[in-house]
Amino acid sequence: MSRAHRYDVVVVGAGGAGLMAARYAAQQPGVSVAVISKLYPTRSHTGAAQGGVGAALGNVSEDHAEWHAFDTIKGGDYLTDQDAAEMFAHDVIDAVYELEHMGLPFSRLPNGKIAQRKFGGHTRDFGKSAVERACYAADRTGHMILQTLYQQSIKDNVTFFNEFHVLDLVMVGGECRGVVAYELATGELHTFQAKATIIAAGGNGRIFKVTSNAHTLTGDLMSIAYRRGIPIEDPEFYQIHPTGLYKLGVLLTEGARGEGAILRNADGERFMERYAPTIKDLAPRDLVSRAMYLEIREGRGCGPNKDYLHLDLTHIDAHIIEERLPDITEFSRIYLAVDPVKELVPIQPTAHYAMGGIPTNIDTEVISDGANTVVPGLYAAGEVACVSIHGANRLGTNSLGDLIVFGRRAGMFAARYAAEASFGNVPRDVLDYSRSLIDKVKSGPGREKVAKLRQELQETMQDNASVFRTEESLSRQVAILKELKGRYGQVGLEDQGERFNTELIEALELGFLLDNAEQLVHAALNRQESRGAHSREDFPERDDQNWLKHTLIYQDGDGVRIGYKPVNIGKYEPKPRVY
Amino acid sequence: MQVTIKIKRFNPEQDKRPYWAEYRLMVAPTDRVLDLLHQVKWEFDGTLALRRSCAHGICGSDAMLINGVNRLACKVLVKDLGEVISVEPIRGLPVLKDLIVDMEPFFDAYKAVLPYLINNDPIPPGERLQSPEERAVFDETTKCILCAACTTSCPVFWTNGRYLGPAAIVNAHRFIFDSRDQGAAERLEILNQSNGLWRCRTAYNCTEACPRDIPVTRAIEEVKRELLWRRA
Repeated sequence: MSRAHRYDVVVVGAGGAGLMAARYAAQQPGVSVAVISKLYPTRSHTGAAQGGVGAALGNVSEDHAEWHAFDTIKGGDYLTDQDAAEMFAHDVIDAVYELEHMGLPFSRLPNGKIAQRKFGGHTRDFGKSAVERACYAADRTGHMILQTLYQQSIKDNVTFFNEFHVLDLVMVGGECRGVVAYELATGELHTFQAKATIIAAGGNGRIFKVTSNAHTLTGDLMSIAYRRGIPIEDPEFYQIHPTGLYKLGVLLTEGARGEGAILRNADGERFMERYAPTIKDLAPRDLVSRAMYLEIREGRGCGPNKDYLHLDLTHIDAHIIEERLPDITEFSRIYLAVDPVKELVPIQPTAHYAMGGIPTNIDTEVISDGANTVVPGLYAAGEVACVSIHGANRLGTNSLGDLIVFGRRAGMFAARYAAEASFGNVPRDVLDYSRSLIDKVKSGPGREKVAKLRQELQETMQDNASVFRTEESLSRQVAILKELKGRYGQVGLEDQGERFNTELIEALELGFLLDNAEQLVHAALNRQESRGAHSREDFPERDDQNWLKHTLIYQDGDGVRIGYKPVNIGKYEPKPRVY
Repeated sequence: MQVTIKIKRFNPEQDKRPYWAEYRLMVAPTDRVLDLLHQVKWEFDGTLALRRSCAHGICGSDAMLINGVNRLACKVLVKDLGEVISVEPIRGLPVLKDLIVDMEPFFDAYKAVLPYLINNDPIPPGERLQSPEERAVFDETTKCILCAACTTSCPVFWTNGRYLGPAAIVNAHRFIFDSRDQGAAERLEILNQSNGLWRCRTAYNCTEACPRDIPVTRAIEEVKRELLWRRA
């Protein structure tokens, strides 16, 4: 295969956002499109999403995009950019109908319309009561979205480069001219020259030890963009979901607590009564995760290591569990040999979603500073991007919506740009950086092991920078990261081969993880308030006076530089976030 | 507990043919085979090559032949297997390295059945209507994660790699029985060819192998009957 490619639009990532972007880019006449993915497309993590996609169709009860926008803004603890949220809530309605037209097999109401159900944080009439906004396909909405979009890409004959790992962006004079990617099958480096590049490469949950994220979610493009001078926005806002299966991190849907499940500590106590006397176990995700963490810290954890808690479904009717919660029942039975019908399920908070990422405007153009200066030729959509519609905390069912709305916009805007633009020259030394990354690891001294460093990274991030953050824990983590980065320079590889060198990939991914961790920890240390998912024990209140702004963190030599970007405030003045 | 894991290794850059390698590991009974493979890779031999991603049975990356049966490595536990565990790449597809096989022929068969909605009517402003009963008819076959466990457990596929295979037929079923689809006749024609669904000999290996509990053989039967009835 040739190693130099030219496409008008190149999409990095083949999950929901990437496939949607490719579809829309391909609709522009005369524009050539290629998708580069480190995985076969249907392996993307979009497939693991369960809950549903939130859209104000109003099929079950009255609903309006206006209400959805408000819920999203309040859910984000007012860090959400309100113009983006309003546009999103409006556009996601058509996007859902479009998915159905493409063939997505939504669950249906008796009248034949798309079925919708309630979900955390989604309300009618600006917070009056829960509303049925989540459109779902059984308990596998993400799987169906991914499959349907992939099927459409087959119909549209989209070009894929599968198991190609993007290692670098081609940046010339502040403009993006394509990417450099490593082909896993052959070990060769490829240059993809593009007029427009769309990044849709997903999140970075693997910076933490216990996560719902796949092994492959190592924040590759968040690191690569960072290394090429692009800031990362709001990395300190990382959602820790309360109920993951103990040790595995596999998500147990919030729907379980919706059906009446209760959290208990080692004393069998329903401890949420102490932290949220009114709504108890259905408090917002960040609140519950913090309560769980404190229970474990204070010694009331379960098991020989006292490091988990219990989810109690035993009082719920067996047939309700089997019918409405079949997925968590299967996970619990298979992985923990625990039958939720009769036994308590071991659970712990699990790292789940990055609200922050590569900053974009609402047209998905990547921006490089607080003044919204556009980086020509570069776009981003999905979890990797930060528009920001999720602000400081994401509502359930808004991520799938994010993928389809902003994936679509990215495809459209990138293709429109490419139709007018010309190819920029790619410098002679375009492969040098990627080659040096590979050589450094391949010929490294091997005094440190990648797996061990990664484990240390994940464990310390879990302890010092996840749910429970203080000046002390974060400063400690800054020092730890510095030390880990130094030791990373000492890794080596057993596998010196060219073909399917997965050991090399893991080593490069560790480098990306270290960058992602650095972004999060420095930003968390810098932000002296608590807001949404970012919780500082030493600054427990939200401080709109000083901190109603987005963080932008830049790589600066061996360190970092922090800037800010204003939040777009529209109709809704920030108010205390009470449910 | 201690287990012995035997892995079929093959490095195309060094080996003439595959060979078995054995490793002794200390594991917990609740460990997944994937955890064992990672332990081997991270502690004993970094060259071990395998595909994996979600680690909880959703993405379909890690289908392997484990103790003689096709499984997802992340969904089978040590306690279900015992103290000796053998792991090989799935059969019938060319082995590229260790546990990684060439999935292109598998995806080619999938693409051959036109696995996307075909509907030429004008697009309505809202959703096309579909009753819960109509939706239920093809529910099982929407679950397919394209892991290839079924197709690569099929004895017909092992001997005739051009047989479209259970997964392709399952995905054709998903559309043929979707009330919104209008491409059934086209797909049935494709399946009616020499390497199409008549190659199925109802061996049932596919149904046993499917990690999503899709009744694969039954789905193939339903497609066979649909083809026959349309002809009649």
